[in-house]
Amino acid sequence: MRYDVIVIGAGVCGAMIARGLSGLKLKTALLEKAPDVAMGASKANSGIVHGGFDALPGTLKAELNVRGTALMKDVCRDLDVPFKNCGSLVVAFSEEDKATLEELAERGRKNGVPGVSIIGADKLRELEPNVAPEAVGALFCESSGIVCPYELTIGAAENAVKNGVDLKLGCKVTAIEATEDGFVVTTSTGAFECSYIVNAAGVYADEIARMVGDDSFRIIPRRGEYYLLDRTVGSLVSRTIFQCPNKMGKGVLVTPTVDGNLLVGPTSVDLTEGREDVSTTLEGLDKVARLGGRSVPKASVRDAITSFAGVRAHPDSNDFIIGVSEANPRFINAAGIESPGLSAAPAIAERVTEIVEELTGAQKNESFDPVREPVFRFRHATDAERAEAIEKNPAYGRIVCRCESVTEGEIIDAIKAGATDIDGVKRRTRAGMGRCQGGFCGSKVAELLAELAGAELNTVTKFGGESKLLYERTK
Amino acid sequence: MEKQLTCVACPRGCSITVTLDGDSIVSIEGNACPRGKKYAENEITDPRRMVASTVKVNGGKLPVVPVKTSSDIPKNMIFDVMREINRVSVDAPVEIGQVIIPDVLGTGADIIATNND
Amino acid sequence: MNERMTYDLVVVGGGPAGMAAALKARECGVENIALIERASELGGILEQCIHTGFGLTYFGQELSGPEYADRFIKLVDKTDIRVFTDTMVTDVSPEKVVTCVNKKDGLMKLQAKAVILAMGCRERPRGALNIVGTRPAGVMTAGTAQKYVNLDGYMPGKKVVILGSGDIGLIMARRMTLEGAEVKMVCELMPFSGGLTRNIVQCLNDFDIPLKLSTTVVKVYGDQRVTGVDIARVDEKLQPIPETIEHVECDTLMLSVGLIPENELTVGAGIPLDRVTRGAVVDELRQTEMPGVFACGNVLQVHDLVDFVTMESQIAGEGAARYIRGELSDPEYIRPETGFGVRYIVPQKINIKDKKDVKLYFRVGAIYNNPRVVLECDGQVLSSKKKIKVAPGEMEDVLIPASVFDSLTPESRITVRVEV
Repeated sequence: MRYDVIVIGAGVCGAMIARGLSGLKLKTALLEKAPDVAMGASKANSGIVHGGFDALPGTLKAELNVRGTALMKDVCRDLDVPFKNCGSLVVAFSEEDKATLEELAERGRKNGVPGVSIIGADKLRELEPNVAPEAVGALFCESSGIVCPYELTIGAAENAVKNGVDLKLGCKVTAIEATEDGFVVTTSTGAFECSYIVNAAGVYADEIARMVGDDSFRIIPRRGEYYLLDRTVGSLVSRTIFQCPNKMGKGVLVTPTVDGNLLVGPTSVDLTEGREDVSTTLEGLDKVARLGGRSVPKASVRDAITSFAGVRAHPDSNDFIIGVSEANPRFINAAGIESPGLSAAPAIAERVTEIVEELTGAQKNESFDPVREPVFRFRHATDAERAEAIEKNPAYGRIVCRCESVTEGEIIDAIKAGATDIDGVKRRTRAGMGRCQGGFCGSKVAELLAELAGAELNTVTKFGGESKLLYERTK
Repeated sequence: MEKQLTCVACPRGCSITVTLDGDSIVSIEGNACPRGKKYAENEITDPRRMVASTVKVNGGKLPVVPVKTSSDIPKNMIFDVMREINRVSVDAPVEIGQVIIPDVLGTGADIIATNND
Repeated sequence: MNERMTYDLVVVGGGPAGMAAALKARECGVENIALIERASELGGILEQCIHTGFGLTYFGQELSGPEYADRFIKLVDKTDIRVFTDTMVTDVSPEKVVTCVNKKDGLMKLQAKAVILAMGCRERPRGALNIVGTRPAGVMTAGTAQKYVNLDGYMPGKKVVILGSGDIGLIMARRMTLEGAEVKMVCELMPFSGGLTRNIVQCLNDFDIPLKLSTTVVKVYGDQRVTGVDIARVDEKLQPIPETIEHVECDTLMLSVGLIPENELTVGAGIPLDRVTRGAVVDELRQTEMPGVFACGNVLQVHDLVDFVTMESQIAGEGAARYIRGELSDPEYIRPETGFGVRYIVPQKINIKDKKDVKLYFRVGAIYNNPRVVLECDGQVLSSKKKIKVAPGEMEDVLIPASVFDSLTPESRITVRVEV
């Protein structure tokens, strides 16, 4: 099979890029080594849509963050992904911190971030009564927000597929051979020819680049650990609360999530081995608990429903690496996408699509539809909407996950849309995301997965591979 | 020979030491009340247990139906009884109280269904 | 499909609590009762509790969970109680409108005169614990494992470590062993087990499964399926001691680390909860702070024995019947106080105008040997009962005889304490 473009990596950037490319008359494939999309940094990050005052002026990070954030609301509306323009506060605890706020505000002005102001302690208290009383002021950014990062990835990938992209899961790139007019990409499921490659391989982007002789950057896997707190404390703050960076470090953030929980984290530790080591550590989680309590004392780990870690792709250059590789004019990097990569993703997709459009001279795809079919979510529906939905599809009348009010119908929708394991259903529907963490619904989700696949219950996995839930029958 | 037991006659859970000469009890110590002595005697001379498990069902709503012994059986026969339970299957419908294996291994206890299917 | 129906009483939950409450209310003359259950059969969690030991107090027989449930299911079947199965309640409003959904009837709003909340409890998951490491398949609550083995008929693990010595953990240690798994150990954070002694002897000792007290699991290993855990002893402050960390190979970590009343609907209705029990604050008829809404069973307080769930629910059923008849107007409450050693008391308040025997249920905070349980009223000892032992794992009770209420005023103070 020959493609015009192969995008390697179905994280938020790869999926958004594939969706962008599906707006052109090109045959595009999106390859992902994991059994699902959004399995790397895109499923485990802060979910923040940054204003854009943090990155240094003149960097790609600054430019694409501001642009991406401006695009985010419309992208999320089109893809039916939860997004909230909740605003953020960088909280200062000392006079020194206040000076830093001034610097950040100035950077924000230079970067063109709308709605940035510095507020005093009284105003801060008024906006966020649960911020620590020691806080002396804050940088208020009205344009920032929160989004569900894996839903954005899932939505973008689904929309890309709808517009003609071939999504190949469980397809690991093992070698790339440059040919006269493109590449032969060897994968764990066979070889594909293509004219262009977009490298969105996250923590493996440097390895992929090296396959075409591009040795211009290194990715340092950087792990961050988080606590997720119960919805009962989800409204302790209504904006993202950052701590003012100082010589002690960047601090941790405390933020509401689009699903009503409270998220505290992350730490930042460079991994020396294991690029995907997302195990949590005692030291890491202790630090999150300690630092989180400094800005929002009531955000207590006693209310934790889970903890997790994600690995970000930190580039040695400290800036996003986006553009045609020096090593091969048909190879485009979208690499080193660490924070604010989620915010920038719509702009990165726009930029890469422009590059590919210019290289290929491809026409616009006239039948491109940017809108993803809306997903029915019982928990967001009114009683009248629920009644109507159940009438159309009785499966919306059986609640499977009681913590998050997820119905059988939604789970079946998710499985039909591509979820093949427990975690895939969880990310698409939130079944198992709540306070009991799947204790009640896990086995029921497994039954539905088995039933729809026409397979035995013990073939169901948590996240593909050997992550089996069950062994053989007892009798 | 000495044997250590934890009494289950009440929540206190006395640690009871039984001294044996061959099969006969020489002394029972550590019990706070006569119920402890009785418990220790039974546990030494003829310990018995209820066994509960499941049996495969053919053509039922669920793949297995729960079963139990209708009365307690000698403790040292638990795994033998389990083997018998694992050996059989039953056709649906199954009714609560239905005998699945009569007089299992000559213990006098039946294996009976404890739910319907 | 938006059915509107009116009931005298709506009972939320068709487990042992809901069934007993509904039956008692019916017996007390309530005519128009709806019983709502989210599973496809009545019985609740008892359906998967296939071990014996249920009903010793209430029936004087050693029944399995399904057998115990079946006795009540048969009784419900004989009544005109309207049973909705496969139906989930999504909201209980202060106006006593119970909103629920199912596949057949769609979304229904049931207007009730009284509501009994009997939703039971759920298990505490891993997230609430400080266990670091990876997040592979093979970490599950003991109750989930119990469902897989007993209802679905699959082995959820072969080499098992159990954290928490609550009764479900102990029961599952034996159950997994009987089905051929190797249960390596049961770890318990506290210096004592939260389970019944009988279960420690018959589920662990019988099978030589070690119970490691003051020990917890600190880390999980395995990228896909669990490959092992690190365990460590804990100090007096329950903090793991790093020097004692030990690796144990296993493919399954089962958690039996506590039960939490499932009070989402209660909170949604605006009904205040007790900080300790995490169940509603109730009076002696199990009426919550919202008149006409009652709570019973594990949604009110986590019980050790289903027999007590049944008895508590009968109190609520009778209470609801009296409420519907309009007998519960203008109460005067006193609130029994917890003295030394006592963590909580249910009911949290008593109507002194009712002048009936009231049994107070409570739990202690630590193990006490040879204590006395003392009931005091305004400094005067009403009763002082000698006990062999009281422990956090076993619910205790003390009776306030009806005669006491003649001399009580709203200012009177009733206290339950442990004397050692």
